[in-house]
Amino acid sequence: MANYSTNEFKSGLKVMLDGDPCTIVENEFVKPGKGQAFNRVKLRNLITGRILEKTFKSGDTLEGADVLDLEMQYLYSDGEMWHFMDPNTFEQHAADEKAMADAAKWLKGEETCTVTLYNGRPLNVMPPNTVTLQITQTDPGVRGDTATGGTKPATLETGAVVKVPLFIEEGEVIKVDTRSGEYLSRAK
Amino acid sequence: MSSLPETDIASDWPPVAGRDMLELRAGLLAAIRGFMAERGVLEVETPLLSATAVSDPALESFMVQGNDGMKFYLQASPEFAMKRLLATGSGPIYQIAKVFRDDERGRRHHPEFSMLEWYRPGFEVDDMLEEVDALLQQLKLPATVRFDYADLFRQALGTDPHTADHHTLQKLATANGLAGDGLSSAQLLDYLFSEAVIAQLQNHPCAVVKDFPVQQAALAHIRPGQPPVAERFELFVDGVEIGNGFQELTDAAEQRRRFLADQAERRRRGLPVRPLDEHLLAALAAGLPDCCGIALGLDRLLMILAGVSHIDSVLAFPCERA
Repeated sequence: MANYSTNEFKSGLKVMLDGDPCTIVENEFVKPGKGQAFNRVKLRNLITGRILEKTFKSGDTLEGADVLDLEMQYLYSDGEMWHFMDPNTFEQHAADEKAMADAAKWLKGEETCTVTLYNGRPLNVMPPNTVTLQITQTDPGVRGDTATGGTKPATLETGAVVKVPLFIEEGEVIKVDTRSGEYLSRAK
Repeated sequence: MSSLPETDIASDWPPVAGRDMLELRAGLLAAIRGFMAERGVLEVETPLLSATAVSDPALESFMVQGNDGMKFYLQASPEFAMKRLLATGSGPIYQIAKVFRDDERGRRHHPEFSMLEWYRPGFEVDDMLEEVDALLQQLKLPATVRFDYADLFRQALGTDPHTADHHTLQKLATANGLAGDGLSSAQLLDYLFSEAVIAQLQNHPCAVVKDFPVQQAALAHIRPGQPPVAERFELFVDGVEIGNGFQELTDAAEQRRRFLADQAERRRRGLPVRPLDEHLLAALAAGLPDCCGIALGLDRLLMILAGVSHIDSVLAFPCERA
């Protein structure tokens, strides 16, 4: 397998760490304005499900992990398992709660997700990077107040709660970055 | 860089920042210009294309080449050119400029960003911080709480940063999650400061850390004493570095010595060594007035005003779709 440098540690990249396949959850570039650059990396061990945090000097490398990523369509949840279909083979795979982790709260149905297979079993599910969802509840905002900052919580149709700017209203449809869980913009 | 696949083009042509973000940025720029005009600080422009590049080993400049073979560097900061203006008696000046830094990309980093940099001849650090507070107030942010670098460092790690040896710093860094070794003391201080010390500022929306160890002086004047400290200060909002300022080094010989030390460190790390900015050194020799200067990252300031935590949210076109 190829080696990957810290600047290639994209969310979802599979690497080997201490003998186990891990997926990069977050890779935060940390650098004082005048100082050494580091990458604060959050990884999920794909075998144990545990989250690890390590900081590498920018430019350090890790070996890639040989696991299979497939684009699959999310079908439904039966309350215990989340069911996905490979659109090429029509083969269905069921992911458990551990594999779903945070992905479940962004999905309402039919989204294309990246499902990681290890020995043919879903180990990990990545939702689309951005999702477009309606706000079902948020406190009334302040119209026209775009000059001063501030945010408020908003509940989305999937139940996820995100922080949105004050001028966003209940019922609006917004784009959210599932990697950071943050508001991006109003959906056009 | 190879061209983007077609599917990306279809989804990536529109801006990331919506109309609301564009308005917020325009409002911030107008507020700054109003603030500076009221205080008689002159807006200036200096070249983005420079014949020399910053020597700091932690800053990588982009190089560009014209059709006639002329080489330039995109400025990493307007600092050197602005100091040449100050040395001719420009008086207080400011600039809102695009600056460029290679190999910097992340949630809070973008290879080109907007910087507000201003200089105040005759000001000392406390005068400058008073003006920073006034600007923050104009932007409806609270005044700064001030901290001493060494005090914060001791509270977080139980060690004096001015006297700690390399072995102690390496042990602290490993204990705080650093993978590997081989870093210099200055690099380890950077790590510990970013990872363990800044966390203490979380409860102070606006904070200033001042009086850095002399290894971290960059372009700051060193105040003699026991221990001597670099008259450098950094502004943090919600624990995020927003600005860096100095009681400026005015001594040409000392500046040349630091440039040469930077070049030696660049050679040690296998980084490209850039030509010295002899124009700046000549300006310092001619006489840079005692002054204070500070640079603020405007995109990060916008992130705070907008309540977003990814820099892309405040940019029309982040570099991946530039």
